[in-house]
Amino acid sequence: MIGFYLQHSKLIDQIGINALLALSLVVSLQAGQLALAQAAFMAVGAYASAFLGAKAGWPLVGCAAVGSALGALVAGLLSYPIGRLRGVFLAIATIGFGEIIRIIVNNLPITGGAEGFSGIPNDADTRWIYGALALVGLIFFSLRNSRFALAMTLTREDEQAARGVGVDTAAIRLWTLSAGGAIAGLAGALYAHNNFFIQPDDFAFGRAEQILVYCVIGGTTSPIGAMLGAALLSILPEVLRFLQDYRDIVNGGILLLVVLFAPRGISALWKRA
Amino acid sequence: MPDLHFEEVSIRYGGIHAVSDVSLTVRSGAIVGLIGPNGAGKTSLINAASGVVAIEHGSIRLDHLRLDRLPAYRIARAGVARTYQNIRLFGALSVRTNLNAGAYRLRTTMSDDALRALLERVGIRPEILDAPAGGLPYGEQRRLELARALAARPSIILLDEPAAGMNPVETAGLGRVIRCVASDGVGILLVEHDMSLVRSICDDVVVLNFGKVIAHGTPTRIAADPAVIEAYLGADVGTQG
Repeated sequence: MIGFYLQHSKLIDQIGINALLALSLVVSLQAGQLALAQAAFMAVGAYASAFLGAKAGWPLVGCAAVGSALGALVAGLLSYPIGRLRGVFLAIATIGFGEIIRIIVNNLPITGGAEGFSGIPNDADTRWIYGALALVGLIFFSLRNSRFALAMTLTREDEQAARGVGVDTAAIRLWTLSAGGAIAGLAGALYAHNNFFIQPDDFAFGRAEQILVYCVIGGTTSPIGAMLGAALLSILPEVLRFLQDYRDIVNGGILLLVVLFAPRGISALWKRA
Repeated sequence: MPDLHFEEVSIRYGGIHAVSDVSLTVRSGAIVGLIGPNGAGKTSLINAASGVVAIEHGSIRLDHLRLDRLPAYRIARAGVARTYQNIRLFGALSVRTNLNAGAYRLRTTMSDDALRALLERVGIRPEILDAPAGGLPYGEQRRLELARALAARPSIILLDEPAAGMNPVETAGLGRVIRCVASDGVGILLVEHDMSLVRSICDDVVVLNFGKVIAHGTPTRIAADPAVIEAYLGADVGTQG
């Protein structure tokens, strides 16, 4: 068991961080927002936390708290200009925002620019990552039957009808985007402190796309499904490593099959069973 | 319970005047019918009272509370519930969730007994509580939308063509439900094309044409008004229901 962990600890940590990222998007999707700026919020959390840890000597808890808070703040501020956008327009605007953040990070001396930021304390081990995941999962679980969860569901299903029964849909959109920003910021902080080094390309469009695929494969509004999607997509490339040059083809084929036969995600499979 | 007042309300969509200087009052426990040809401005008034569209001039008040200055969700929380001309249930969600959505403003979840009683009140089989609302027959979806409005325990209900698509027996049943709701002190503004329903349950009728009030009075008086006959009801009104 210990041998297995030592051999795969990096992958296990990566699964936990990816699961957090998937949850950060699920919270927006539960309110019907296809907002794809999670990689940007992750970058904000990662760089803030890396700076505080490497330059100011802050402990991990403080770094992660600030990273998470800044992720929430940036997401909350972003929710104002994008407040009237829906669907693909919202997706494109948030992808654009992600690129803006990446370009800023790429050109700031304080972030190390394109060469990246190194010397980050490597103190976010498996216990911290899964502790954070458990905390976020617990919050999701405790809110699942709440008035807030009902408001998110109604906002997703029909915004006008939701307002007609008393739901402040603008506030729901603000809070869900901010909550997603907080979780992505936390994931970014843990990512930075799980690696010695971060660079702008770690938070490029590919990352945002990856997070969306976790949720599509797992189930766009199911926290458990999204976490499973993140786990599956983190493990699959490793399991298929023996295929060498054919790995990406088989990996893509498996994802295609999942989308074709479980279009509502793997979480819908056990609900149906 | 408070009364709903429209005072010299005007609504404009770009260059088109949808409603011009309309005044009317829906008193607690009264059913006010709002009739008129298509495009007369009936739904615009309901949309204005529920915060969906802004008014250009005038005021809409729930007693002293200015509704025309509030967003839609605050109007709903103030106790104004509505149904829609085109049904707007949360179709993918269960009947139970739809009813609990109606009760959102009350910050409470309804018990199973209360949910079943509400369904029975509007004439829906209580055993469909966990069925998806979008899968119900059309008539039941209309009644469920009314039940969702009732779940809010509102002081005013705005009904936008609730009998659309119903047969005469269903319409008569709906009329009894609406009359019963009003008897609990709820004020009701009813937009409806089914004149037999309007005549059988309304205390007052307001007739709109081209966004203006052309007649106002009891259903009997309205039915005999020459201006109304010419604008809307047609020459065969005397032979109806």
